[in-house]
Amino acid sequence: MKNSIIALLLLARRQRVATVLLFLLVFPLLMPYDALSVNILIFGLYAVGFNLLFGYTGMLSFGHAAFLGVGGYLAGIAVVHGGWPWWAAIVSGVVASCLAGVVIGYLAIRTRGIYFSMVTLALAQIVYYAFYKADSWTGGENGLRGVRVERIELPGISIDFLNPLHKYYVIFAFVALALWVVSRILNSPFGAVIEAIRENEKRAVACGYDVARAKLLVFVLSAAICGLAGALRALHLSIVPIDSLHYLQSGQAVMMCLLGGMGTFFGPFVGAVVLLYLEDVVTNLTRYWMGTVGLVFMVFVLFFPKGIWGTLADRIERWLGRQGRSA
Amino acid sequence: MFDISPQLFALQLMTGIALGAVYALLAIGLSLIFGMLTVVNFAHGAFFMVGAFLGVYSLGLTGSFWFSLLLVPLATGAIGLLCERFLVRPLYGRGIDYPLLLTFGLSYVLVDAMRFSFGIEGLPTSTPPDLRGSVFLGFGHFPLYRLFLIAATAVIVLGLWLFIEKTRYGLIIRAGSRDPEIVRVLGIDISKVWWLVFGIGTAIAGLSGLLAAPTRAVNPEMGIPILAESFVVTVVGGMGSLPGAVVAGLLVGVVFAMTSLIAPEYAELSIFVLMAVVLLIRPQGFFGKAGLMS
Repeated sequence: MKNSIIALLLLARRQRVATVLLFLLVFPLLMPYDALSVNILIFGLYAVGFNLLFGYTGMLSFGHAAFLGVGGYLAGIAVVHGGWPWWAAIVSGVVASCLAGVVIGYLAIRTRGIYFSMVTLALAQIVYYAFYKADSWTGGENGLRGVRVERIELPGISIDFLNPLHKYYVIFAFVALALWVVSRILNSPFGAVIEAIRENEKRAVACGYDVARAKLLVFVLSAAICGLAGALRALHLSIVPIDSLHYLQSGQAVMMCLLGGMGTFFGPFVGAVVLLYLEDVVTNLTRYWMGTVGLVFMVFVLFFPKGIWGTLADRIERWLGRQGRSA
Repeated sequence: MFDISPQLFALQLMTGIALGAVYALLAIGLSLIFGMLTVVNFAHGAFFMVGAFLGVYSLGLTGSFWFSLLLVPLATGAIGLLCERFLVRPLYGRGIDYPLLLTFGLSYVLVDAMRFSFGIEGLPTSTPPDLRGSVFLGFGHFPLYRLFLIAATAVIVLGLWLFIEKTRYGLIIRAGSRDPEIVRVLGIDISKVWWLVFGIGTAIAGLSGLLAAPTRAVNPEMGIPILAESFVVTVVGGMGSLPGAVVAGLLVGVVFAMTSLIAPEYAELSIFVLMAVVLLIRPQGFFGKAGLMS
């Protein structure tokens, strides 16, 4: 019995993508309604993109809403104004957020530490106001409405995109792809470089790595994943709210990442589940959702900085270590 | 497009300076806290908002603006002292991001605390009776209250400068921001100094909220955009520099006012673009030390 648990845990650790995907595959069964699962899936992806930068590279960006928003708006504009098919909309959203990532990243990586947080926040506000004012394209204050995708036509099958459960599994396919890419990045030599930057940037420079280039690259990759999340969200909601560009939305990524466990593979999804499920429950009980989440977040910063999954994973690792010694 | 009379230009310049005065006060508080504690106070906008609420509330309660002017900074400073003691202090030495994250959570709590106390709609504001009307400045009539705002900021900045440069306590603060270790070795309880500096910073934030209240809408969300704007000011001026905070605050205010005169739709955008330009040319800001940021 015990040995099979150990074997299972070791397998889960080795096959982290498969484990997370297995969880996400059955996840809708655990949630009260399917639209919530779709939301959690998309925001989990957003947090995964953010985690690549914050958790693995140690760069605390407060401007990632810019990429969620740009991805969403460009996908939305492609559908609404361009009449493009859904897949082209997603591609244009991801490409646009990559470009935004290059520009914002180029300016922001000139700064470090706390300044990086402030500068990314302020640069993202440029994007916010620019989209806010360009209301003939973006709908301004009301958001971009009418991002309507009813069916997804693939060779051989036609999927009803209005059914939340079907929608969940379509988006799941994209999340699976993104998770595989992230896992490949982390396992690559480049993944080792970004973790080296987090641990000791000066030493990484001394070892001869082009730190500035690595930072910019990881910034753009992270922006691309957040842009994908934004594009999927636009198709899911059939509207792009202007709030998706606001820095409080950036703060949401920070919160999900920390609550779940920064720098862990599964943590961002745990954070998304906790934050959004909590929001769903708390808003039914009280108007003061913001205060509640603020309090929960402060408790985690003070007492559980590794987050839920980070703390749990540590315990499991320690237990596995003990078993390994006694065996 | 540019048929603007010199009078209008001068008046708008004064409006910009009045706006910049508020930015300068906010940035001074941020810079003071950062310079000492290396903490970026993400709740700074929230303290500004709390100050505005308490100001309007105490004005309605007591009827005296001058009394509120004394009461509000004491109250927001006291909240700041409590927050530093019980929330920020446990995080010293645990990495630079944690206090930042904590104050971000704190700002959520403060926003909802004000919604809980005063309702989600916000409070109606009015100019204090003693400061209504306008003055003739040679080129046009300018609201008396905004003139007062500029003067009050000048007095606060001067007072703070004298405090930091000319008093014994200021000497400890300056020494503490350069080398806290040595200050501790000299027998001074540096954590108490940090505590007080956080209190002073939040008190100034509250005071700027109170001063700005009659010129803008007072609602629980008012601190959210102004936090981003005060970050612009600190980046432009140079983090941790008081003269930088004042100069950049005034500059940002003037840029905002002038763009609203020429191309109003780009007013909010202009100050963030200003910051991007400064970042490209001088990443450490006007008065920041080179190398501090990189």
